Amino acid sequence: MKLFDYARTARASEAVELVAARPGGAFIAGGTELTNLMKDGVLAPDLVVDVNSLPLDHITLRNGRLSIGATARMRDVAEHPVVREHFPVVSEALLASASPQVRGRASVGGNLMQRTRCWYYRDPGSPCNRREPGSGCPALKGQNRWHAILGGSDHCIAVHPSDLAVALAALDAVVLTLGPDGRRSLPLRDLHLLPGGTPHRETGLRHGEMITGVEIPQSPLARHSRYLKVRDRASFEFAVVSVAAALTLKGRVVSDVRLAFGGIAPKPWRSPKAEQALRNRPLTEVTIAMAGRALVKDATPREHNAFKVDLVQRALADILETLGGKR
Amino acid sequence: MHRLTVEARVTLLDALRDRLALTGAKKGCDRGECGACTVLVDGRRVKSCMTLAVMEDGRRITTVEGLTRGDRLHAVQEAFIRRDAFQCGFCTSGQIMSAVACIDEGRTGSDDEIREWISGNLCRCGCYPNIVDAVRDGARNAPGGGAGEAGR
Ligand SMILES: Cc1cc2nc3c(=O)[nH]c(=O)nc-3n(C[C@H](O)[C@H](O)[C@H](O)COP(=O)(O)OP(=O)(O)OC[C@H]3O[C@@H](n4cnc5c(N)ncnc54)[C@H](O)[C@@H]3O)c2cc1C
Ligand code: FES
Ligand code: FES
Repeated sequence: MKLFDYARTARASEAVELVAARPGGAFIAGGTELTNLMKDGVLAPDLVVDVNSLPLDHITLRNGRLSIGATARMRDVAEHPVVREHFPVVSEALLASASPQVRGRASVGGNLMQRTRCWYYRDPGSPCNRREPGSGCPALKGQNRWHAILGGSDHCIAVHPSDLAVALAALDAVVLTLGPDGRRSLPLRDLHLLPGGTPHRETGLRHGEMITGVEIPQSPLARHSRYLKVRDRASFEFAVVSVAAALTLKGRVVSDVRLAFGGIAPKPWRSPKAEQALRNRPLTEVTIAMAGRALVKDATPREHNAFKVDLVQRALADILETLGGKR
Repeated sequence: MHRLTVEARVTLLDALRDRLALTGAKKGCDRGECGACTVLVDGRRVKSCMTLAVMEDGRRITTVEGLTRGDRLHAVQEAFIRRDAFQCGFCTSGQIMSAVACIDEGRTGSDDEIREWISGNLCRCGCYPNIVDAVRDGARNAPGGGAGEAGR
């Protein structure tokens, strides 16, 4: 790791000022991502501002909204009784993430801001448009088993690895931030950017803008939600594909549904067309298959990841059948 | 209590091993993937390779060295020996610290639960069956005897 300055403050506005004033400044929360990126030489901040003393670790349900502070730990959110009862997809996504040690430390803000696990991105010896604009993307024709089948571009096909972000995308969560220009909120689905021609622009946040928390609306949908993660080993592994689903039925007819997918795109992937194929229709093998086909209709599989096209449809069918009470 | 001045870039693991000569915590991957560096920070298990020592200022760190009571091994340490839950031993101190926390967290209800909740600790020698046995024994012999009782 390169040398850097370290600062700690209990005031959010001061943390923001400190980072904003230094082009090479960065926040640190759990450190489970930033320390790895610094050791690998992917990031080299010259100032690290510790946000762990900020009073931002709350988990509260008020006026029909669940509010989770940015420094709340993955473990504490996953195990919170209100989250488990009213937002099970969030708890399940977190419990399927990383390991107990990481979850006990890693924060909600840091989780959303984690970088792709693309091996070319993580290896400064490789070209990578995301890390070094214009240097090229070896994944397009190289080892792309883990890469995106939807939402990628000719410049980058990396996937975003956060399970939590997928669950939050399904529940229409909102991200709250504090930046040099004050407070704002943005839909979670606008936090991560598609690569297009500028893959190095990874999120919608400005330099020095800090996530202070996320908010999730409470609803019958959120209460009837689940997360399914398919991985190469039973535990402690990133998703090959994952599905967050929330479903309400009137009899056998789908009254409402939200679907978000991980492992297949550079950001948590919502498919309005797949949802449309189910809404106000009976939940049957036929409608489920239609939803799956709608999801992958525009997929661009590559040499090593074409299997994801089938796999994600099967994962979708599995979770919908479970939620629909057929299993 | 240890008073140390370190550069900001020094991880907790390096501070423990190189500055305090507490070499129980091992450096396997140095990337959070293997668990060999697991210690307890204020009773919670943490991979010490992924946190900066300066961030732990004032906190109570328990390494495997701090588990023993005088000459008496911790119940989980005893169980690892009795169950022969290692071969080369490189992962063992991390496994033990993780097991102590796992028991404390109440995640040892079944062998499947144990497997899931110590999955953050890899064993290159593949001693997993014996490790699960040891954690099960440790849980039986150390009810609630995890982090709370451990030394510094
Ligand atoms: C071995 C391993 C396995 C893993 N497996 C999974 C997995 O299966 N699923 C999964 O989802 N994740 C997984 N992860 C990733 C893990 O969830 C992240 O490392 C963690 O959530 C990051 O949180 P942190 O608080 O430690 O972030 P930090 O390391 O502290 O920060 C990460 C990034 O976020 C920025 N940041 C931190 N807080 C804020 C804030 N409040 N506002 C703005 N920016 C901020 C930092 O500047 C940095 O760029 C794994 C990690 C490891 C090491
Ligand atoms: S050395 Fe820390 S997890 Fe491997
Ligand atoms: S005993 Fe050798 S790595 Fe576990």
